[in-house]
Amino acid sequence: MRRWLLVLSTIGLAALLLVPFMPSLVYDIFVMKALCFVLFACAFNLLLGHTGILSFGHAAFFGTGAYVTGQLVKEYGVPTDLGILAGGLVAALLGAVIGALAIRRSGIYLAMITLAMSQLVYFFFLQAPFTGAEDGLQRIPRGVFLGIIDLRNDTALYYVVLAIIGAGLWVIWRTVNSPFGHVLRAIREHEPRAVSLGYPVARYKVMVFTISAGLSGIAGSLKAIIFQLAALSDVHWHTSGDVILMTLLGGMNTIFGPAVGAAIISTLGHYLDPFGGWVTVITGVVFMTCILVFRRGVLGQIEQRFQHRSEPSTSTEVHAEPDTSNSPNGA
Amino acid sequence: MLFGVPLQALMGQLMLGIVNGSFYAVLSLGLAIIFGVLKIVNFAHGAFFMLGAFTAFLLAQHLGANYWFVLFLAPVFVALVGMLFEWLFLRRLYGLDPIYGLLLTFSLVLVLEGGFRVAFGSSGQPFSTPDMLTGTINLGFMVLPLYRAFVIVAALSSCLVTWYVIERTSLGASLRAATERPDLTQAFGINVPRLVTLTYGAGVGLAAFAGVLAAPIFHVNPSMGSSLVITIFAIVVIGGLGSIKGAIITGLGLGVVEGLTRLFYSEFSSTIVFLIMVLVLMLRPAGLFGREEG
Repeated sequence: MRRWLLVLSTIGLAALLLVPFMPSLVYDIFVMKALCFVLFACAFNLLLGHTGILSFGHAAFFGTGAYVTGQLVKEYGVPTDLGILAGGLVAALLGAVIGALAIRRSGIYLAMITLAMSQLVYFFFLQAPFTGAEDGLQRIPRGVFLGIIDLRNDTALYYVVLAIIGAGLWVIWRTVNSPFGHVLRAIREHEPRAVSLGYPVARYKVMVFTISAGLSGIAGSLKAIIFQLAALSDVHWHTSGDVILMTLLGGMNTIFGPAVGAAIISTLGHYLDPFGGWVTVITGVVFMTCILVFRRGVLGQIEQRFQHRSEPSTSTEVHAEPDTSNSPNGA
Repeated sequence: MLFGVPLQALMGQLMLGIVNGSFYAVLSLGLAIIFGVLKIVNFAHGAFFMLGAFTAFLLAQHLGANYWFVLFLAPVFVALVGMLFEWLFLRRLYGLDPIYGLLLTFSLVLVLEGGFRVAFGSSGQPFSTPDMLTGTINLGFMVLPLYRAFVIVAALSSCLVTWYVIERTSLGASLRAATERPDLTQAFGINVPRLVTLTYGAGVGLAAFAGVLAAPIFHVNPSMGSSLVITIFAIVVIGGLGSIKGAIITGLGLGVVEGLTRLFYSEFSSTIVFLIMVLVLMLRPAGLFGREEG
């Protein structure tokens, strides 16, 4: 399993590095967009998969990153690198605030609160004087990265984006595999026990909210630089829904499953574009199928298959079956 | 003049607030009933509201159906669609984490909204007020459009009827029993799965009823429900999903507050409900009528 994963990720990485040299095969702007969603989905999954918190308002952080970076770079002439950093920081701050409010409730209420809060952020960007309302922030200059790399060159931009996304994913990987990450999983598995062990659970939740929001903000900032546009759709609840779908589809109990989900959904969106309005319907159907029959997600399913092969005596399927004893059906 | 605004304007916004508040009340009531029995937050509530409005629009426009007939038939049709959805899909998720129910109903929103957008476009379709209810009543201090008055009365009566059925009839008693202990209720010979299906149907039927009432006031369009449902979520967080009375009072109250905000601080009118939610979360996290969840 481990060896296969290594081989596959090496091939994947090589393919990603070669993208700008194969313009006839793939469109590099599309790959960059997909990469932004890879980081966004993996950051989102710090909450859903690793802490067991469903945030239904992550577009707020993604969009805030995009708008803050866009505004700073376009209107105040801030260097692109600092602009992206600021986008991440402001999103992280917003994450801390929304997180601190949302964790006052749990489960389904928390999801509704984050959704409502993100709607508040949406209205802010709709009405604020500098955001251009329905038009969004247009013609954001790409500028120069670290004073030497000219981002108007698509290839240069591509490698910068790849490097930043890579760094972001590394932060997520480190977070999940740190003592901090273990406490998060303890909270997910049994919150009262984590409390009784003396962990300041609320503080941990706010911290993971902040990290997740900050990285989502950076993903949004990058998207604003790539497309030179920060739009209302970045803060819209549809985007919050998309990132949940990506995460579920890829596998929320894995670290990089959401990346797979993001790649699949971005590709679907890209190639289904000619079908116009049907994209939403198809997304909905994929979402439904995912929830009804495919809750582990793509990577989760693969992982399970491998585990199955290595230890055929214990079936992991049994544990996964829903506990129907206390269902409303009473059956 | 009152508080520095013309009385006419004050009354007008107050009226609009009560109309919106009645919609909020009916919708959050349906959400609360569904949550009580299914333990699922029905994200598709706004989509069923939209479906109700569209069903009414299609029946009236293409078949020339009578308004009163439509007001009855559209909710029944939507309730059947909802029951089918519950029976085919939703019931597979019982016993799992309730977030899956939220997500499944969310995916239904994408399918319904996307489908209607493909079929009818995003722009609104006008729906004419029934002849019998056009015109106005002059109350002396304000001129009240008859249809708005009808909406308030109809919405609040549907709330009252729902409350009566749940609190005062034997069907309601079994429903409340199934909310508390589905297993024991089943043991007493009540068909709980059927009750669950019916509850979902009733809940989304209520949403569709509100949708038909709203059709002549708002334009009938595919996204008319989705922004509404987010406001409803905020209302439900403020009021708590636990109590039926709470859902009705909070819905109505926040509609009025929203209307008055439009008059005094119009730039906050779309966000006031969310701001109140923030305030409630800081001061009384369990909600105004809520019990602390376990």
